[in-house]
Amino acid sequence: MMGLHAHYNLVQTDMLQWIQHCLENIVSEQFTPIGSTQGKSGPATPLNPRRRGLIIGASTGLGAELARKLAREGYALALLARSKEKLDALCQEINSQGGSARSYEHNVTDYDEVPNLLLKIVADLGGLDAVIYVASINQPPGGIDKYNFENDRQMIEVNLIGAMAWLTPVAEMFQSAKAGQIVGISSVAGDRGRVGNPGYNTSKAGLTTYLEALRNRLTRRGVNVLTVKPGFMKTEMLKAAPGPTPFAVEPSVAADHILKAMKKRKQVIYTAPIWRWIMLAIQHTPSFIFRKLSF
Amino acid sequence: MPINLNVTFTQLENFGHSLQAPSYRIPIKQTEDIYEAFQLAKKLGLKVTARGTGISYNDASLNGGGIALDMRGMNRIEEWDPATGVVRCESGVTLEQLWQRVEPDGWWPPVVSGTMKTTLGGCLAVNIHGKNNFQVGAIGEHVIEFTAMLPTGALVTCSPRKNADLFYAMISGLGMLGVFTSVTLQMKRIFSGLVAVDAWRVPNLSRHLSDLREHAPTHDYIVGWLDAFASGNSLGRGQIHAARQLNEGEDPNPKKTEDLSNQHLPDRFFGIVPKSMLHFLMKPMMNNIGMRFVNIGRYLLALRAHTFRQSHDEFHFLLDYAPGWERSFGRGGLIQYQSFLPKETAEDAWTEMLKLSQKNGLPSYLGVTKRHRPDKFLLTHAVDGLSLALDFKVTDSNRLKLGEMLQEFDRIVLDAGGRFYFAKNSETTAESTRRFLGDEAVAKFRKLKKRCDPNGLLESDLYRRIFS
Repeated sequence: MMGLHAHYNLVQTDMLQWIQHCLENIVSEQFTPIGSTQGKSGPATPLNPRRRGLIIGASTGLGAELARKLAREGYALALLARSKEKLDALCQEINSQGGSARSYEHNVTDYDEVPNLLLKIVADLGGLDAVIYVASINQPPGGIDKYNFENDRQMIEVNLIGAMAWLTPVAEMFQSAKAGQIVGISSVAGDRGRVGNPGYNTSKAGLTTYLEALRNRLTRRGVNVLTVKPGFMKTEMLKAAPGPTPFAVEPSVAADHILKAMKKRKQVIYTAPIWRWIMLAIQHTPSFIFRKLSF
Repeated sequence: MPINLNVTFTQLENFGHSLQAPSYRIPIKQTEDIYEAFQLAKKLGLKVTARGTGISYNDASLNGGGIALDMRGMNRIEEWDPATGVVRCESGVTLEQLWQRVEPDGWWPPVVSGTMKTTLGGCLAVNIHGKNNFQVGAIGEHVIEFTAMLPTGALVTCSPRKNADLFYAMISGLGMLGVFTSVTLQMKRIFSGLVAVDAWRVPNLSRHLSDLREHAPTHDYIVGWLDAFASGNSLGRGQIHAARQLNEGEDPNPKKTEDLSNQHLPDRFFGIVPKSMLHFLMKPMMNNIGMRFVNIGRYLLALRAHTFRQSHDEFHFLLDYAPGWERSFGRGGLIQYQSFLPKETAEDAWTEMLKLSQKNGLPSYLGVTKRHRPDKFLLTHAVDGLSLALDFKVTDSNRLKLGEMLQEFDRIVLDAGGRFYFAKNSETTAESTRRFLGDEAVAKFRKLKKRCDPNGLLESDLYRRIFS
């Protein structure tokens, strides 16, 4: 609301940028209290500590598996996705097993919604320790001689800009708190531009580079940034992949890898791990050969 | 209306480093800032809690995901009258500032905690007690009046006569009815910078508690140290320190002993170890075996009864001897469990608790006992009886067992008619809270909360834990 922006004299440089953004974008002046809500497992205490996690893109596949496993690890979770029904079902499943999860319907391309939603989530969870950006789409153009700008644009919007919209305020928050963990689910597809899916390669290369930059900024502030590069995974998205899908892993297996890496505060992991060596070879394949390949 | 506040996102902790609560920290320098922060919180839909130096053992000054008003900037001593001993301070003034201001004029704060780092706002919010609780009550009994801002933006002034219901509820009210802005306190006259201390050992719990009771009336202050490792016939053994203020004329040169140069904690231990290094040295001993030896050594040193004179700050602020000592408890941090029991039931209950802790292999590394008297503040922890504070180290492997044991402790304390102190225990549940406060007190508090804070703006993690 423009009125509010003029109303408030936001000249303070010390105020967090995203809090300023929240103030400028308050829709209603009506006070609606948020926060003060506790999960089913009761309040966190020194003897019942609870980390707080946010998963963006949690309704299916890897996101849902990560939610189940983090809940079992004792995380209180905020789960985001477009599909409210799927999220609610997942939350119900987690909460019925003694975990603590709450759902938030959100489309990651609604970038302006992010700061206020983040504010609400942090209040609802009573803090935030880990953020995992999983949301991703894969829409190949349909052949190595086909082009589809609309598909490419959507992939960039979801896979890259959506991640930046979320991780920017999160990074600012964690940097200020000198604590926290950011996990971005990128892909082996970002390691090299290939003939099959230029838009997807670009979105994931962008995400990988963005995460690396965040890591270089935040490690010195006590924040861990983990880039996850899955190969093929047996999810809905696999159906979009043209051609063979070697070393495909179940999302639950990948989720285990990621959890382990989070605990060890690793920086970059491939899942399945063999992809590290495959991609090493692919990255070092000279261009004059790579140009002639058809995957 | 311009908002002129700095907002930073900060990982706040409790004193024992056993809890982390990321919050929006807003430094408060004047009363108007509190009003602005309330407006900001309303706009953003966030909860607010006031925080002083943040050294409660539990979640009293934490508000994860919400706003923490950093009150340390409101630290002016506004008025001090050495003739009457009346002082008016902003709520962020610490006990350290206060005693250093009044002592050279021959006065001392009527009630102090074991650390001088606490702010007056925090002291009032939990209604702190000292080693003289049995003689003079809690700090609230020495407040002439205070001013606080309610979440509605109204400034209220309360005294035992004016707005008395709010006076007795806001002191002990955990900062959940309003934010203290100014406090007027009556200081206590002293005739020396020294106190006369009697120290003697007590061989078992029965003697420990009876000595606390019997020697209290003849002293101004009394405190016991309890060796929680000792078992069998020695269960509950320890040492008692009882102190008495010097009367007029006993100190030939009070001006000299009251001078600040005579009031400072030692810089080194045994003349060698710098006190800032102590927690490094303590760390390797912070386990059941190491602490058993430390406690035995402590008891052996206590065998000889003796009398000595000590400066006020040395006697009172034991917790400030080694800054950062809580760090020696390691990554999982430290928690304290303090129970207040009627004098009739204390011995049986603590015998059961000490035995239980030893059976579980979870002995407390430090036990401290005191003598108390009841007061009429709404959320009071006081009893006509005694208190025992037990420090426990938290580790990843003992959490579950320690948690279960403390719930068992709660049952023992509640069955024995005991109470808990909201600046200390971190595991007390809403159900246990309701049981010891009583339905009537809880209902009365909720009613006042609704009146002072109709939108429920003020909330801390503690409040959510015990009143959810």
